[in-house]
Amino acid sequence: MIRQRFTALLVAIALAASAAAAESRIPNSESRDDATLSHVLNRLTFGARPGDVDLVRSMGLAAWIDQQLRPARIDDHAAEAMLPPLEHPPDAADQQELRRFARRQVETLAAGKLLRAMYSERQLQEVLVDFWFNHFNVYAAKGRTAMYLPEYERDVIRPHVFDRFRDLLGADAKSPAMLFYLDNWMSAGPEQESGIRDQGSRALRRRRGRGLNENYGRELLELHTLGVDGGYTQKDVIEVARAFTGWTIDRDGRFRFVPALHDAGEKIVLGHTIKAGGGMDDGEQVLDIVASHPATAHHVAFELAQRLVADDPPPALVDRAAARFRDTKGDLREVVKTIVTSPEFLAPAARDAKFKTPFELVVSAVRTTGAAVSDARAFVQTLQQLGEPLYMCQPPTGYKDTADAWVSAGGLVTRMNFATRLASGTMPGVTLPADAPPAREIALKIGSPEFQRF
Amino acid sequence: MNRRVFLKSGAMAMLSLGFAPSFLGRAAAAAGARRKLLVAIFQRGAVDGLNMIVPHGDADYYRLRPTIAIPRPGRDPMGSAIDLDGFFGLHPSMAPLKPLWDNQSLAVVHACGSPDNTRSHFDAQDYMESATPGVKATRDGWLNRYLQAADDSLGRRSPLRGVALARTMPRSLEGPAPALAIGSIEEFGVRGAAAAFQEQYEGSSDRLLGAAGSDAFAAMRTLQQAAGMPYRPAADVQYPNTAFGKALAEIARLAKADVGLEVAFTELGNWDHHVNEGAVTGQIANRLDEFSRGLAALAADLGDRLADTVIVTMSEFGRAAAENGNGGTDHGHGNAMMVIGGDVRGGVHGAWPGLSDAHRFEGRDLAVTTDFRDVFSEIVTAHMGVSRNALSRIFPGYHATTTPGVIRG
Repeated sequence: MIRQRFTALLVAIALAASAAAAESRIPNSESRDDATLSHVLNRLTFGARPGDVDLVRSMGLAAWIDQQLRPARIDDHAAEAMLPPLEHPPDAADQQELRRFARRQVETLAAGKLLRAMYSERQLQEVLVDFWFNHFNVYAAKGRTAMYLPEYERDVIRPHVFDRFRDLLGADAKSPAMLFYLDNWMSAGPEQESGIRDQGSRALRRRRGRGLNENYGRELLELHTLGVDGGYTQKDVIEVARAFTGWTIDRDGRFRFVPALHDAGEKIVLGHTIKAGGGMDDGEQVLDIVASHPATAHHVAFELAQRLVADDPPPALVDRAAARFRDTKGDLREVVKTIVTSPEFLAPAARDAKFKTPFELVVSAVRTTGAAVSDARAFVQTLQQLGEPLYMCQPPTGYKDTADAWVSAGGLVTRMNFATRLASGTMPGVTLPADAPPAREIALKIGSPEFQRF
Repeated sequence: MNRRVFLKSGAMAMLSLGFAPSFLGRAAAAAGARRKLLVAIFQRGAVDGLNMIVPHGDADYYRLRPTIAIPRPGRDPMGSAIDLDGFFGLHPSMAPLKPLWDNQSLAVVHACGSPDNTRSHFDAQDYMESATPGVKATRDGWLNRYLQAADDSLGRRSPLRGVALARTMPRSLEGPAPALAIGSIEEFGVRGAAAAFQEQYEGSSDRLLGAAGSDAFAAMRTLQQAAGMPYRPAADVQYPNTAFGKALAEIARLAKADVGLEVAFTELGNWDHHVNEGAVTGQIANRLDEFSRGLAALAADLGDRLADTVIVTMSEFGRAAAENGNGGTDHGHGNAMMVIGGDVRGGVHGAWPGLSDAHRFEGRDLAVTTDFRDVFSEIVTAHMGVSRNALSRIFPGYHATTTPGVIRG
């Protein structure tokens, strides 16, 4: 806790210095008209609430963006207080009890994620938490992953969305959720390569792994860093997997490096030689190599621009954001700032260019109506029907955020029905404002083609 | 409900709703001819084809998989491969499919896959569904291009020609020809201000959403009239009580309702067994059990319509020939596809490259001897009746060199 506060303080100090630069980039003429203000609000939040446009206008667009880039300075106790409490995991190793717990855990977490998205004042942070969770997706229904989920989003993803990419990546590589989901906790080098032959180590190898597992190594390169066209080979995948052998989870569910599982030999990753005998540092070296690789800068810049600007983001903007990534050693706040203060982002062509994911749709519907949600579990079910159950995306790619993935006749019908249900005021845990327009009017707005875009 | 009753009540209902009768005329005319049906099933996550269709006659298979190989037929009281032809066998969980093999309605194409060597799930699925391996810019899927090509030649217009039983539109059916992705038929109806919503979408200047919304309303009306509720499968047919089983039952229901269904798609995930894959029991056994019971139920439920149906299964790539350090398998290359139907030529097709060190792809995986597009091409021509000339539109840049022979000529 103390360390977190200290980090927040450091972040605040570091950022105060660069504030002026961002503000000066947005011309005043563009920052005043309503269309621009609602565009920016729709992209950097989960949808404008009544009164938000006026609020941003009075504050000044640049100042508002700058505030959102520094969430630590925004008081968010009201939203925090709304989150449903989490249960303690069961002590027993009873598989059925564990599965039941996992189901409840996922529902509670999903309801919490929805409430945060609806009511947090740190909107850009939550937009990016959703983005980075998908980037580093884990699947709650795989084994013990659900037990590790709360700390995964709270301690691994959220604190690092405006941090250096290398710090986010490093926290992710050591997270029990990712170690479990992509099987690295079981990956082991050949026994003769660890150099350790005592009996305890042999027993551990029997329990954990007898050999190499490429799953994390491949997805680290393909999805988390370089991107599928980033220029790595099958040999690189194997070498990366070898470097991470021994990165595992201890009995208390925490990260631990176990030398007996590690392949101590030399590795060559993307042309860099990692000397034999490096132990746990092999993995750190791999993370250094991939985090500073130009393909990673481009991949991250592209994905962020795709979320924030358009499904096919302007290449010149992606190049500038990638350059900013390289120049700042992967400072994600600077990369985001480059994108959201760019002329491409503010251009009329970017307006309504995106199609809302189901998550974005249901949250923006609540925000635009000003509804009070005391229990978000009904929305958890809506997202299942719409094909985006939270924390339940099985492949490591995470959910896509492009229109081609989400526009379908069936999906639109489910969206219209959701709109009707929300407007009717009969969703459990949802209260519409007393002065809300007639139900039909609300339904037709939320279910309209226009409202599916943002 | 027989077709005449459907036409009558459907026509009256649509007229009373002010629906364009010309559409109905076309749909009914198209439904008049016995339609050929293609059911595509994607095993997402890369099924281990070597433990699904077991090469029990290949000694290297057992050498490479000391703990997860499926024993030779009859060799193990706990379960072993079900022999097909003396060399290949089915995983024991696939016993429900054996009757289809016995009556020559099940074909297997082994060592089948993509010329592209990617081991990325995402890219490999994309290449298989676009049917343009190595080309990412392809915007539409191969099933949608089938709908486009067949539309030109046969003048078909039913809004239910291409249906995915899936919550999101699969890449295979994406594209300009109208196609639907629906979770279930029951959910597919607008409650509340349906007419006002319809007006919004049909009058929308948003081309993408206007088109998808208009498709939805057109299909909804046809469906509500045609697909009787609730659905009762044929006697003695039991689908698995899972999302996959329900999706297959919906496909049978649409096929039997004569609404013009030509292409149906659904999928079953969770095949990515890097850890504890299991052998005759365990993860893959459970998955194959659901998969096989589902396929067998669909075939039985279709009854005599199976004569006009081809069911084809696919998965993005196979898994490494050798098991890994965790009793699982990592990403590989060649895989097995299954083709089921009335005009299918039963048997195991495709050349077997062997699993010896020298014959494995990149020294590790089952090599590919049949391009998956050869199988797709044969199905759309020999079964669906697309002309050879139209084939280049469905599989751009590809000329089938061999015919696997899965369809009886």
